[in-house]
Amino acid sequence: MSEAAVAVAGLRRDYGERTALDGVGFELARGETLLVLGPNGAGKTTLLRILATLLRPSGGEVRVLGCRIPGEAWKLRGRIGLLGHEPLLYRDLSGRENLRFHARLHGLRGEPAEARIAELLAAVGMERRAEGRVAELSAGMRQRLAICRCVLHEPELLLLDEPDSNLDAGGRELARGLIGPGESHARVVVSHDPERFEPEADQVLRLEAGGKPVAA
Amino acid sequence: MTPSRAAFTAILAKDLRAELRTLQSLPAMALFATTTFVIFRFGLDRTSLSGSLASGVLWATLLFAALLGVNRLFVAEREEGGFDAIRLAPIDRSALFAAKATALFTYLVVLELVVVPIFALFFLDSAAALAPLAAVLLLADLGIAATGTLISSMAVHSRARDLLGPLVLLPLVVPLMIAATGASEPLLAVGGPGYHRFGTWLAVLSLYDLIFLLVGWAVFDFLLED
Amino acid sequence: MYGKGLRPLSIATVVAIAGAFSLVFFYAPLDADQGFVQKIFYIHVPLAIVALVGFVVGAVFAILHLRSGDRRWDAYSYVSIHMSVIFGVAVLITGAIWAKASWGHWWVWDEPTLVSFLIVFLMYATYYPFRYAIEDPERQARYASVFAVTAGAFVPLNFMAVRLAESLVHPRVFATTNGGLPGSMMFTFLACLVAVALLWVTLVKLELTAKSASGQLKRLRRALDAPAAGAGSRIAPEVS
Repeated sequence: MSEAAVAVAGLRRDYGERTALDGVGFELARGETLLVLGPNGAGKTTLLRILATLLRPSGGEVRVLGCRIPGEAWKLRGRIGLLGHEPLLYRDLSGRENLRFHARLHGLRGEPAEARIAELLAAVGMERRAEGRVAELSAGMRQRLAICRCVLHEPELLLLDEPDSNLDAGGRELARGLIGPGESHARVVVSHDPERFEPEADQVLRLEAGGKPVAA
Repeated sequence: MTPSRAAFTAILAKDLRAELRTLQSLPAMALFATTTFVIFRFGLDRTSLSGSLASGVLWATLLFAALLGVNRLFVAEREEGGFDAIRLAPIDRSALFAAKATALFTYLVVLELVVVPIFALFFLDSAAALAPLAAVLLLADLGIAATGTLISSMAVHSRARDLLGPLVLLPLVVPLMIAATGASEPLLAVGGPGYHRFGTWLAVLSLYDLIFLLVGWAVFDFLLED
Repeated sequence: MYGKGLRPLSIATVVAIAGAFSLVFFYAPLDADQGFVQKIFYIHVPLAIVALVGFVVGAVFAILHLRSGDRRWDAYSYVSIHMSVIFGVAVLITGAIWAKASWGHWWVWDEPTLVSFLIVFLMYATYYPFRYAIEDPERQARYASVFAVTAGAFVPLNFMAVRLAESLVHPRVFATTNGGLPGSMMFTFLACLVAVALLWVTLVKLELTAKSASGQLKRLRRALDAPAAGAGSRIAPEVS
């Protein structure tokens, strides 16, 4: 398909009187990576939540995987992988139970689901820690599980908010295998560390406080 | 789209598993109810109850114990990101309403299985009323499950959520309580269970359940957006 | 723009109320057993009817808001419910006066309509803390609409349950006296109903106009970068 994975023009989002995003625009092809940089309060997380269809834009044009947001947001469910500040894991269930739950929400069950979960757990080096309650895991271990959860359903668009947070060097390396650049998915990566992801980025979007894009 | 039934069972199984593992809601509800019975024993200074007094004590206690469960119903979804995860998945949002209402209904039934026999043991002369009472309990549980799920899903997004849920839910269940106590009063009367207007009250309970299950089903979509 | 038509509407309301009151005091006959105090009926019952209809109107606006996503309907819904709650206070006070005069108690539990109204009033009184507790304005508007729809479904159920509970104790005498209202009383009653309904509409329009004006003022101040004059109401929706 020639269509862009994400096309945004004049995007704006207000929270009551406060403006979080103001006139953001970019176009991202499939298989490419967009790096979003900016200080705290620049609307980076807001941008990701809008692209994930969790938040309605207040104005502007947003198309994700060919679907208009918010009008056609329902067509996107199950095609996006979101890795945010919150791991989106239940503390009282084990890692494997959490992944099983998410697999079932995405219509994956039985043998194929178990195989996929085992494959992902092995990929992040968590096979042995998958039976303990999430509440008992360290932040880094939780982030590894969250990465598994994010890619479980083989999403076409990855939305990654500080994907490296809490990960050690080994963890980052393992994570790259699942959420690194790839042909099969487009990526929007949010970070306030310009060094880390610049090498793998095809485009960079810089936001300043108040959510305005910085003129290049 | 994942079939609604698959999503429904996934969410329900997840909730029941977490509750079985942590026992956060049910023991608290049962303990609360039992202690309330003891307080009524002294507050009313009666060692045995019948008729309207028995019915009032039973329903006031069950309702307030139910509020504990209602308050906790969506806390995990809110604090551990379940709302986001469910909104990202290709499922019908009504599945969440149905699963949560079923979970709450299950908690209430389990609570009553424990607490109503205790009530009978404490205050009633005979257990003959318990069988017909079960029908009233089940219908009332369904109504509390419907309204409780609806209100709880909104209250959990507010500040002071522990306050807001009961505040709004109490007036909302007044008609349900009128019907439930109305049906229970003759059942618990001295001289064996009576069935004065039993059918009428069951019909009111059913109507209440039906209306609020439909309202919940219809509006739940609007509650999940940001 | 909400101010348009407010002046003729206000004049019509004043005229209607003056007319209705003259009918109450000079035209309607004295009630045979209750005497003069029965005349509070002409204000109490129309207030109750208008308040209840106002709650239903609030629910209809709420449905429109949920269907269209247009925040203006939420403002309409809020103002309708707000005004009906205020009317509700008046209903309970006039009801208490009537009860004291005819039964000797400020409150009677065996008048099912009044009891039902109290429960409905308590339900809608929670609308304010409910709105107040939800911070995000968009979410607040959406949840308030869900509240209005739910409470709207609750009103008839509640009336039914209370009536059934009461008729258990004794038959209603009141319904028959009401049903057989003499023509002159009926006419006065209808005139009062129209006057009170006009009052409700005028007050709703007035509040919407005031909100719209303060909303515009706020926007102007923002455009001029002037500081806002104090914090606005957090629960009342803004009107453009």
